[in-house]
Parts: sequence; C-alpha cells; structure tokens
Amino acid sequence: MCGIAGYCGDGVAPQDGAALLWRMGRELAHRGPDGQGSHVGRGIGLGHRRLAVIDLSDDAAQPMASACGAIRIAYNGEVFNYLELRDELVARGRRFRTESDTEVVLQLYEEFGPDFVARLNGDFALAIWDGRNRRLLLARDRMGVRPLFYHWLRGTLYFASEIKALMQVPGFSAEIDPLALDQIFTLWTPLAPRTAFKNVNELPPAHMMIVEGGRAVTRPYWAFDFPTPGDRASPRAEDDVAEELRALLEDATRIRMRADVEVGSFLSGGLDSSLISAIAARQAPGRLRTFSLAFDDPAFDESRHQETMAAALGTRHDVLTCRAGDIAAAFPAVVRQMERPVLRTAPAPLYLLSQRLRGEGLKVVLSGEGADEIFAGYDVFREARIRRFCARQPGSKLRPHLFRRIYPYIASLQQQTPEYLAAFFGAGADLPDDPLFSHRPRFRATAGAKLFFSRELKAELAGYDAAEELAASLPAEFSRWHPLHQAQYLETRFLLPGYILSAQGDRMVMAHGVESRFPFLDHRLVEFAARIPPDMKLRGLREKHILRRAGADLLPAEISDRPKQPYRAPESVSFAGRDGAYVEALMATPRIAEDGLFNPQATRKLLDKHGRGAVAGFRDSAAFVGILSTQLWLREFAGTATRKQSAQAV
Amino acid sequence: MSEPVHQHIREFIVENFLFGDDDYELDNGVSLIETDLVDSTGILELVSFLEERFEIAVADADIVPANLDSIDRIAAFVARKRGEGQRLAG
Repeated sequence: MCGIAGYCGDGVAPQDGAALLWRMGRELAHRGPDGQGSHVGRGIGLGHRRLAVIDLSDDAAQPMASACGAIRIAYNGEVFNYLELRDELVARGRRFRTESDTEVVLQLYEEFGPDFVARLNGDFALAIWDGRNRRLLLARDRMGVRPLFYHWLRGTLYFASEIKALMQVPGFSAEIDPLALDQIFTLWTPLAPRTAFKNVNELPPAHMMIVEGGRAVTRPYWAFDFPTPGDRASPRAEDDVAEELRALLEDATRIRMRADVEVGSFLSGGLDSSLISAIAARQAPGRLRTFSLAFDDPAFDESRHQETMAAALGTRHDVLTCRAGDIAAAFPAVVRQMERPVLRTAPAPLYLLSQRLRGEGLKVVLSGEGADEIFAGYDVFREARIRRFCARQPGSKLRPHLFRRIYPYIASLQQQTPEYLAAFFGAGADLPDDPLFSHRPRFRATAGAKLFFSRELKAELAGYDAAEELAASLPAEFSRWHPLHQAQYLETRFLLPGYILSAQGDRMVMAHGVESRFPFLDHRLVEFAARIPPDMKLRGLREKHILRRAGADLLPAEISDRPKQPYRAPESVSFAGRDGAYVEALMATPRIAEDGLFNPQATRKLLDKHGRGAVAGFRDSAAFVGILSTQLWLREFAGTATRKQSAQAV
Repeated sequence: MSEPVHQHIREFIVENFLFGDDDYELDNGVSLIETDLVDSTGILELVSFLEERFEIAVADADIVPANLDSIDRIAAFVARKRGEGQRLAG
C-alpha cells in the first residue's frame, strides 16, 4: 500500500517536475514510509511513496517501467489474485523481473490495454503512462477502498491519493464546496465525484479515466447491481447457498493474507470481524494477532465479546482502551487525514487503534467491513421493513413497538409511546415507491443539523436538495429491484466508499502506514451476495441470516447468535474535558461569524448547551461534531484566510 | 387559550430546538416532527420543561403527537392538564 501523485499536461516545466513530485510525495509520506520514487518526462510526472508489503526488494520500487521503457506505473494497492494472473501471463510467454504484483499489473496493461482493470481482484488506485501513444490511465478499485483525487488547472491534470498532495500544486486554492457541505449534512458523504474541496474531484469507484491530448474520458468498468424480476435464476436450497458463501469467503480471506509481512486482524466482537479472524486463524495457526477497541464508557464497549472470541481462536490479542478525552485529542489530526467534515467521531478511535497496530510492527490488517452492506446487517434495513409493516396498518398501537427492538442502545427511544415511535419513523412512510424510502428518516434527521447553517449559506444553497440529487443519480433498473436491494444499493454504492471505507477506513489506517484488507468486499462475494434472495439475508428481523448460517461452526454461539451492535463512539461528550479545550476558540462567535458558514448565535447556544452537558440528541450532537470538524477543516486547509477573505480575493 | 402559555412554549422551542434562530417561521400549528425540530430526546426535554414550568404531571400515555406536536396542541394540553389539576384540588 502506498501513495501516488502526478500530473499530465504542459503546466509543469520539465525542470520543475521532480521538485513538485517530491513535495506532493512528502504530503503522502505516512502512506508510504518505506521509499519514494518519481519519473518525469515531457508533459508527464509520476510520483510514488512506497509501503513495502509484497516483494520487499528494491527491484519492486516504483514508478516501475516496462521492459521497453515506454510504459510506467505508479500504483497504490494490492491485487490479491496476482499469482493467478501472473501464471496466466507466463503461459502467454511473458517473463518477469520481480516477484511483485506491480509488475503483473504493468504487464497486464501491455497485454490487454486499459480493460485489463476488470481482471483485477483487489484494492487499488493506479496511474499508468503509456509513452507510445502519450496516454495516461487512471483507475480505481470496484468498491472504492483506495482513494484517488484529481484537479484540473489550466489544462493540466494533477492527481494524488490524498488532496493534501494536490495542495502543493502552484496556484491551488483550498476552498470548501458548499454543495458538498450540504451533502455531508444530509447524506453523511459528498456524492462522488464531488469532494469537500471546490475544484477537486475523486475518481469514483469502479471507474477509469483515460487522458489523451489534453482531454479526459471517464467510464465505469464494473457495475454493482441486483437481479430484476425478469432474471429467473432457479431457486437454490439455503444449504447450497451457505456452502458456496463459505467457500467464497474462505478464498477471499486466503488471498488477502498474501503478503511478505505479518497480517493482523481487527476484532470488534461482532459477527463479521469474528468470522474473518476465525478463517484467518485457520490459515495461520497459532500466529494470528488480533486488535480490538475498548471504551471506558460501557455503553460503547464490546470487550467481553472480543475476549470470548480471542480466547476461542487462541490469537495474540491486543486491546486499546479509548477514553472520551482521547477522541478529542486526536480529532484535529483525524480531520486532517479525512480531508472533509464529518458528523460522527467514530473515525477517531480507529485512527488510534491503527497507531497502536503500527507501533506493534504490523503493516497489514484484515477488516470485517462490507458484510453489513452486502448481507443486510445494518439497522436501516430492519427499520425500513418495520416502516413498511407499520404503513400497512397506520393506526396500529402494537407494530411501532418493533422500533424499540432494533434500537436497544438508544435510551430515549425506549421511553416513547407507539404514537411517537410511529411519528419518528414516519418520514416518507406513505410513499412506498420512493427510491429513497429506506433512508428518508435518516436523511431527514441528519439534515436537521443544517439548522445551524448561516443565513448566507442557506441563501447560497436555496433550492438545492442533496437527497434529490442522490435519487436522480440512481440507475434506471433501480426501481425494479426488491426494496431490500434498493436499500443495500444506497448503502453500498454511496455510504460505503464515501464514509466507511474512506473517513473511517483507508484514511485512518493509512495515516499510520497500515493497509486494511476487506475479504467481504471481494467482488466475487459482492456479486454472489447480490443474487442471494432477500429473505435469506434479512429473515424477519434477523440480520445477516445466511452469513450466520455459513459461519456458525467457526464461532462460539455467544458470537454467532449475537444481534448486530453498530460500531459507535462517544460523540460530542468527548470534547467536554481538558482535551477538548480547543473547541471554544474554534467555535467562538467572532470566528464563526468571520468564517461565514454557520449561524454564530445558534452555534454559541449549542456550545453553551454542550458546556452544560446537555447535548444529547442525534441532531444536536451531529451538528456539534459537524461544525467542529468544518472549522478544523478550514483551519487545516484554508489556512489563516477565512472563507469570506478567500471569496473576496477571487 | 391564554397567549402567555403559547409564548412560554414558543420561547422554549426557539431556545432549545431552534437555538435562538429568529429567522425560522414557526407557526403555532406547524408539526414539530415533520419539520424535524424534535427527536426522541427532544420530546423528553419538552416533557420535562412542561412539568417544571407549568407544574403539571405528564403521564407516559400523554406523550403522543396529538398532545405535543405543535405549539397549539401543547398549549391546549397544558390547559387541559391544569383544568384537571384544579378540579382535583377543588
């Protein structure tokens, strides 16, 4: 795993190229502390920071050139099926100089051209310069594990694994994108290709971009989809489905343990990471190391289940206990790594755990992320099912009680009458054909935090609706999918890459030079899961039914029968102590007024409420973390110039 | 319904759920849930305020949108509860 950076175009004088790439690479040093390299040619520059994981020799350094010298690659990621692809290339008469997956990728390009990307099973962001036709190829993995951003300036394309590298481009100006802010304060994520930075885009997952003659064409090479009623697959017995699922999961985990360094595993105490750890432990008997987060607040802590699982597997287990103050202390660094505002503090403990991992000498870790998306584990799927159930008998006093069952960890919901439960989850319940049906209550509850936007920002955003933009971007066949699959698509296509894999994933672990690998996001498993009947995924209100069945013999019953507990961290309360003392200055009325994004008086009252320890509800806590992270973003990336000053300068 | 009751309720809502945002057009009849002004925590804050400010007892069964989902409904609910209290005292 590594960091890449580069440019394509005539905007960089040949004598300036190496220095620019060095500066861009310096900003990515945390992603690749083991080495750096660059290539500068006429109208092209490729830079690379290396985290050596496969073939640790200097022969595998990057940018790597083809045997003819005309093609060069800078590549961030791992292709897990590289051994099989290499065998295939050898059978076609190709010879290799290194043991690296990078050379396999390079030779695949030589053999098959840009469409070779669809043959890769892995997590990657890559840049290949083909000097024969002066063509640059950028590509990103299917699910969006590895990041890749770009910026056009006077006809030259600049690209990098992280936006902070693009800030080294002369003339780059960091300014927050108001539409992205609206999207984050509604959907939790900007909608790709939009980012929090004006004029910076991300290459969407499963897309490639070909730049030739100063023009760029972007296109998908893979689509995430579900069966439509016309797709008549013959029904399969549940045992058969579970068996095939198990075989795929074992293989996805096996090839993700390919590395010339030690591979560890996250262990949350839930079903998904326990399954991955159990399979990994069988692959490396007696040698697997597992890493867990514990919280001093019992409301968030899962230590008991983690210990049960670690003992059952016999792993060498390491626990990092996170105090609320730790989150506050780490949060500025977390925002710098995320490069975007967030409404939750959940990334911060993962940042700290990754730091521990690296301190223990690990560079690679397995993660259970992805299972909740592809096997329907999240509460939002069950919530949508209950909302449809309630909508069929709107006056029912019994049906709304089910909402309590799926949110046992939200104390205020446990105390509500059925009438209020029905009302809280009632948003859009009368519109069963709404493509966003499953997510309407969440989007509406989140958008409540926009109450704190300044009068000027509200005026700038007048008439814009982030949820409608999301709805308009859905594929034509979406309306023909089963409601559960529609909800899964929204989670998997948007929130997974936009938040889980980035803000809470790659950016937190790569901050410390650790590479995370996700067996559940192997595209073979993703495609297989999409074709599993909805009832095998969500059986009544039992989530991930088929996955539990497939892995039951690997886990203690305490773990395999355990209901989903979402990963959460203490929110605004984290900033109440001494470690959060910086909050007062960042959210002070003159500062908020000068930056112009939020209502200074309302923010003051929110801060006062926070000071009294009274910020408890979802909206207020999301607003608090959202405002704080936005202010940190401005301080980190927009420098001393406030947003108003930047606008005046333009 | 007496205007002071409406006013006290409005002030509480503006202060606690709108954080003093005077720009917000809060009609007495507007639904607090449909406008996302209150969530499950907010309802409990509202109940606590009503009990303390108006010295009424709010039973669990009273916590329904028909009683609490707009300023008008809350004011009517407070009046009913106060009336009940006076009848009991009398």
